[in-house]
Amino acid sequence: MEPSKLIQEYFRDANLPHIWCPGCSHGIVTRAITKAIDELGMDKDNTVIVSGIGCSSRAPGYMAFNTVHTTHGRAIAFATGIKMSKPELDVIVITGDGDASAIGGNHLIHAARRNIDLTVIVFNNNIYGMTGGQYSPTTPTDAFGTTAPYGNIDQPFDILKLAEGAGATYTARGTAYHTKQLISYISKAIKHKGFSIVDAISVCPTYYGRRNKSGSGVQMMVWLKDNYVDVKVYDKLPEEKRAGKFVYGEFYEQERPEYTAEYQKIIDRLRGEV
Amino acid sequence: MSDQKQLVLKREWCKGCGICVAFCPTKVLIMDTDYKCTIANIDACIKCGLCELRCPDYAIYLKEAQDEQ
Amino acid sequence: MSNKITLMQGNEACVQGALYAGYRFYAGYPITPSTEIAELSATELPKVGGKFIQMEDEIGGIAAAIGASIAGTKSMTATSGPGFSLKQENIGYAAMAQIPLVIVNVMRGGPSTGLPTQSAQADIMQAKYGSHGDYPMIALSPMSVRETFDLTVRCFNLAEKYRTPVMLMTDEVIGHLRERVVVPEPGELEIINRTTSEAGVLRPRPYEKQPGEIVPAMSVFGDGNRAHTTGLFYNETGFPSNSTDNAKIMLERIFNKVYDNVDDIVQVEEFELDDAEIAFVTFGSTSRVVKAAVKALRAEGIKAGMLRAITIWPSPEKQIRELAQKVDHIIVAEQNMGQYVREVQRIVEGQARVQHYGRGNGDLIKPQELVALVKEVEHGTK
Repeated sequence: MEPSKLIQEYFRDANLPHIWCPGCSHGIVTRAITKAIDELGMDKDNTVIVSGIGCSSRAPGYMAFNTVHTTHGRAIAFATGIKMSKPELDVIVITGDGDASAIGGNHLIHAARRNIDLTVIVFNNNIYGMTGGQYSPTTPTDAFGTTAPYGNIDQPFDILKLAEGAGATYTARGTAYHTKQLISYISKAIKHKGFSIVDAISVCPTYYGRRNKSGSGVQMMVWLKDNYVDVKVYDKLPEEKRAGKFVYGEFYEQERPEYTAEYQKIIDRLRGEV
Repeated sequence: MSDQKQLVLKREWCKGCGICVAFCPTKVLIMDTDYKCTIANIDACIKCGLCELRCPDYAIYLKEAQDEQ
Repeated sequence: MSNKITLMQGNEACVQGALYAGYRFYAGYPITPSTEIAELSATELPKVGGKFIQMEDEIGGIAAAIGASIAGTKSMTATSGPGFSLKQENIGYAAMAQIPLVIVNVMRGGPSTGLPTQSAQADIMQAKYGSHGDYPMIALSPMSVRETFDLTVRCFNLAEKYRTPVMLMTDEVIGHLRERVVVPEPGELEIINRTTSEAGVLRPRPYEKQPGEIVPAMSVFGDGNRAHTTGLFYNETGFPSNSTDNAKIMLERIFNKVYDNVDDIVQVEEFELDDAEIAFVTFGSTSRVVKAAVKALRAEGIKAGMLRAITIWPSPEKQIRELAQKVDHIIVAEQNMGQYVREVQRIVEGQARVQHYGRGNGDLIKPQELVALVKEVEHGTK
């Protein structure tokens, strides 16, 4: 049986099935990216997917674009070099919560500050999955990990607030359950001229779910359904109904000079004078 | 238009997570004894595509009629 | 044809050489004593349509430079001391993924923050072995400002020819030295450009060498090749493979493309070696001191000579082995506590006496020290 047209068009289907565990939602998020690309009618030859290290970062190997699987935390820095040297390319970064906000946190905030035209999709499953379930910067306080056997005492990052504070000009959060919305945010992020980031809430039933008694992939998806609220709805909720809820939606959008365009102005100015 | 779509299962890619079964609004799908998705009640299918949208393994999808060409 | 003659600093010669070679991208982080390379690149690159970016850290600097090279642009990053340590992981990535890149290390005293403004040659072993795992390295070391220009061009040529990172191992003395330079005319020095895949062709095995190729042609982003690049062991498809058989093949390819071409890569300078009885092996700025010492010794009738490794990695094994047949005593002079001497000892295998002379405190070796040392050796006191 052949796979769907979307998979045939945008995936290296000879490399499928992928390595992700049953119930892991990284496959949903990866497909959502290709769906957004398809809806936007983007040229595959002109599209670059860059990733770091971790479960999320294996995605580009399955995707039929110009793809680079880099080193841990450095995807945004590699992508910065790709985008700077060839601004005509559409560059999308796939990264995980640890890859983006722990080891790669410095590159994240500085790329946001520059407002370089990259689209970062964070496959955020609140755990280091590839290494077997250690707590990450987005693991909730009191949750368990193999390195938080007595409960996590760290406070988690809100990656979007971090990015917005650093200068990102489009931020949104979707979840693997709210897939249609996720696709629309990814689409808007790609179209956005400047640094855009989508926090894609994914679930890890194997390493997060088991240790935190969150149940199967299905049960974790149900949890996303029951606990994530559209920000537009959330804003109208009375205070007492907001407790314990998480929000998805678009959070920030602004126009600001884009880095590679500003650099091109320098080149044009110098070459005009020469 | 939606009537021309056909629900297709690529069973060898199914890892048996059960997400498509759990979120199918008309209970078209079941898990079989091998813990893989099976189309059990195709008549109830409303071709909404939610299974395709959320299948992490690209094992189920709606095929457009023109795909045949 | 009249060449431009100018007074130039070593770090400036590096940038001018890079531009001559067709360099169009720099990413890095400020660090003494390499900063002038970043500063001049920031000034000159946009004039030729190239790009400069000061990254948030040293790791980002090399990562962005590799990214630009993957995208098809001749790229360079420069650093010193601690920055060289920080770049190591991605040096291994470039070696593994077979990405051309020029890494300049203007060496300063270490370890740690060490002596930021003093010269050293103490990153020699790190150049070869600094990143984890097994990989080959090509590293060149200039002894003058003009040679900095020439070897920077050569670094780009070797990087593109062999699809591999190449290091220019200069130091604070050469980096900040100002000398008269006769600037090569366009066309005077050979420029090697990357062999790239045919546009619009999706190759199922982009890492398969075609007949006549030293390395597989590189894909160009935007040209329709849509290849995959990874730091995992990959097979000819470019996709990850866990097979130990495959890892053996790929590792051998990465090594052999360098070691099968040692005669093309290795360059040395032989000075007064024809009838030499005692010889120095040295490289980079220390060669200037050694040369002065050899001249002084010759003036006194002592048959001293010098073998200078212009290519320090891969090491000039053949030339050092021949030297050991010819002389009884080899002094390895280097600005460190004893690094390259170990490589020389390995090659010489006891065929001649090998001795280290150097220090790592930033005080340059003086010619008279070497003259005195040779005389002591001659009198059998050392």
